[in-house]
Amino acid sequence: MADVIEVGAARGDAPPPAAKAARRAASAGRTRRATPYLFLAPYLVLFGVFGLLPIILGVWLSVHQWDFQLPNRPFVGLDNYKELFSSDSAVYGDWWESVRATAIFTVLSVPLLVVVPLGLALLLNRSFPGRTFFRAVYFAPYVLGVAVIGLLWRFLLDANLGLVNRLLGVVGLPSDTPWVTNMPWAWISLVGVTVWWTSGFNAVIYLAGLQDISPELYEAARMDGANAWQRFRSVTLPGLRPVLLFVITTTVLASANMFGQSFLITQGTPGTETRTVVWFIVEEGLRDNDAGRAAAMSIVFALMLAVVSLANFRLFRYKED
Amino acid sequence: MIQNDMSRRRLLGLGLGLGAAASLTLAGCGGGDDSASGPAAGNGGKEYTGPKVDLKLWNGFTGGDGEIFKALVNQFNTEHQNIAVSVATYQWEDYYNKLPGAASSGNGPDIAVMHMDQLATFAARGVISELDDVAKNLELSEADFAPTVWQGGLYNNKRYGIPLDMHPLGFYYNKAVMQQAGLDPNKPPTTKDDFTAALVEFKKAGVQGFWISPFQFTGGMTFYSLLNQWGGTLFDADVAKATFNSDPAVEACTWLVDMIRQGHSPANVGQDAEYLAFKSGKNAFTFNGIWQINDLKKSPEVQWGVAPLPQIGSKKATWANSHNFTIVKQKANNANKIAGSKVFINWLSQHSLDWAKGGQIPARKAVRESAEFKALPEISVLAPELEYAAFPPAAPGLGEVITTFYNSFNEAALGKKTPKQALDDGVAKANRQLEDNRKKYGS
Repeated sequence: MADVIEVGAARGDAPPPAAKAARRAASAGRTRRATPYLFLAPYLVLFGVFGLLPIILGVWLSVHQWDFQLPNRPFVGLDNYKELFSSDSAVYGDWWESVRATAIFTVLSVPLLVVVPLGLALLLNRSFPGRTFFRAVYFAPYVLGVAVIGLLWRFLLDANLGLVNRLLGVVGLPSDTPWVTNMPWAWISLVGVTVWWTSGFNAVIYLAGLQDISPELYEAARMDGANAWQRFRSVTLPGLRPVLLFVITTTVLASANMFGQSFLITQGTPGTETRTVVWFIVEEGLRDNDAGRAAAMSIVFALMLAVVSLANFRLFRYKED
Repeated sequence: MIQNDMSRRRLLGLGLGLGAAASLTLAGCGGGDDSASGPAAGNGGKEYTGPKVDLKLWNGFTGGDGEIFKALVNQFNTEHQNIAVSVATYQWEDYYNKLPGAASSGNGPDIAVMHMDQLATFAARGVISELDDVAKNLELSEADFAPTVWQGGLYNNKRYGIPLDMHPLGFYYNKAVMQQAGLDPNKPPTTKDDFTAALVEFKKAGVQGFWISPFQFTGGMTFYSLLNQWGGTLFDADVAKATFNSDPAVEACTWLVDMIRQGHSPANVGQDAEYLAFKSGKNAFTFNGIWQINDLKKSPEVQWGVAPLPQIGSKKATWANSHNFTIVKQKANNANKIAGSKVFINWLSQHSLDWAKGGQIPARKAVRESAEFKALPEISVLAPELEYAAFPPAAPGLGEVITTFYNSFNEAALGKKTPKQALDDGVAKANRQLEDNRKKYGS
């Protein structure tokens, strides 16, 4: 009410000084309205240049036969997309093989990358001597670059000279497993190395989530006679739901974008069975200079991932109801 | 100008940023003033008398050869007051990705070192210039080089590369293992019968003597050599159809795969494992690039020797490639820079004996026949391979097709498919890729 009266007064009889004040107020209002945009501007510029513009250019490239060095880059309409779906094109076989490889890797790695770090986080969340040391140990591999872990494991997993087979032989297990050159071992190696490499990251996220759950809830559950499993199901898991959604979504995307591990450890073998989508896009776009085709692949792949991520969110929203 | 800025942004549009990375790296390199094109002082590389020019040179010599190359460039710079060459070195793979973007945005080098099998692609894509006048003015001809290397610098009957060297596969033998199996370590086998007889002896001594890698390095290159030894080819004469599933090709592939079946090689050999096994005495024979000589020299505990590849098939042949000098097309033609570049190329070509010490066979005949070259025993022993080296044909866009070839061998060597099946499937795919290339390069 008071507001209305004041405003009315200001508008009603406006002597010159009041008009000035109003103008000042209006300009202050404009500044105030502009402030959030000013704060957003640096990010908007970056997003525009490195996010939006590339997407638009990507769509534009994907309807051309685009080699930036050749003088003519003809418009080809949807041809780049069509050849991904027609079995008599040169890329069809490779493309769907790479989609299959990516799907296999994602389906195998995501459950492990969601569950194993959760177990780790639950253990590391208890208080015991040396806890900080173990937290550091499990997080340590994540610090290494993919080139380091790739070369390291390629030598460790070598079928004939590697340490892994040597150790297996010492304890009487088969010592000639082709860890990086044949199926299904190549997938087992890639998933195993990735879990070893990246579990620490998800575990840290879970740890942060666990520490956000109020201890009173556990106390109350104990009072009600809930056992450890019941406390986990009814207090921990619901408390972690937003964290879980984050972990699952980012892990699915990270696994679907896998490139370095198979590039360095299995080198795509056997044949090209472990060549992932991202790797194939890089080959088409940069090695073979077919930027148009690579752009079409990127867009189709992005749509696939968008569908998967949407399904993810749906799933979690459904649970919340 | 706008055109070129656009293409850089379009590269970014791929979300891969390589083009940007290239131009950032290069921003630090500075560069002469392209606009100051004084009098066209040059006569195709004999000498240069114009104003001082700064030249940028790119290469991929990241190994021990890089040091030798830089030392040579320094020597050139001190001998030429009006030409200053600065060198930038990248990994070959990055290098080939970066070069086109850098060249088209005006940030490219003046001189680029390039493998022979890349020349056609870069020529067709307008990155490098014709060098016929250099060859003519320097009176360079096929007689000064080995015909195989000289002709490899041609694309569409025009010269794009001046060959510097050539690097073939060599036949490395472990002398200690040969002795252990009762063989004369100074007489490596040269024929198929001797070769296979030696393998039997190794087997008796408990050594798997000839490890077959399923990867391009080095199993794929070994297959490439043997396919040519059996009289097969990768492509037909016009590079219109892939032919690596011909009977000779299948026979050569089968012979290699049988090495694994007969236990002369373990199955599932990993990348570089055949070479590591060779150095540690678990493997006796391996076909590997001439570039390993310098590495082996650093391991005095390994007793080894190197010889030309034995003749397993019906004729001699070996995989080989060659480094060539090329001149990169510039947005603004600066006659002085081009003249200076030609002087440099000529000078280094004449000094290729020093380059040979880096582990390469000089392309120039005079250097190959010199006493100094013969005093480099390991390297000069491979020089005869130049006469029958099998280089890939000059056609643009062959990189991915040859990868398909290597992948077929991979499937055969890993036992995923029979040699016939693997090569048939590879040829079917390669033919579609060749068809694509024809559409793209309009040849």
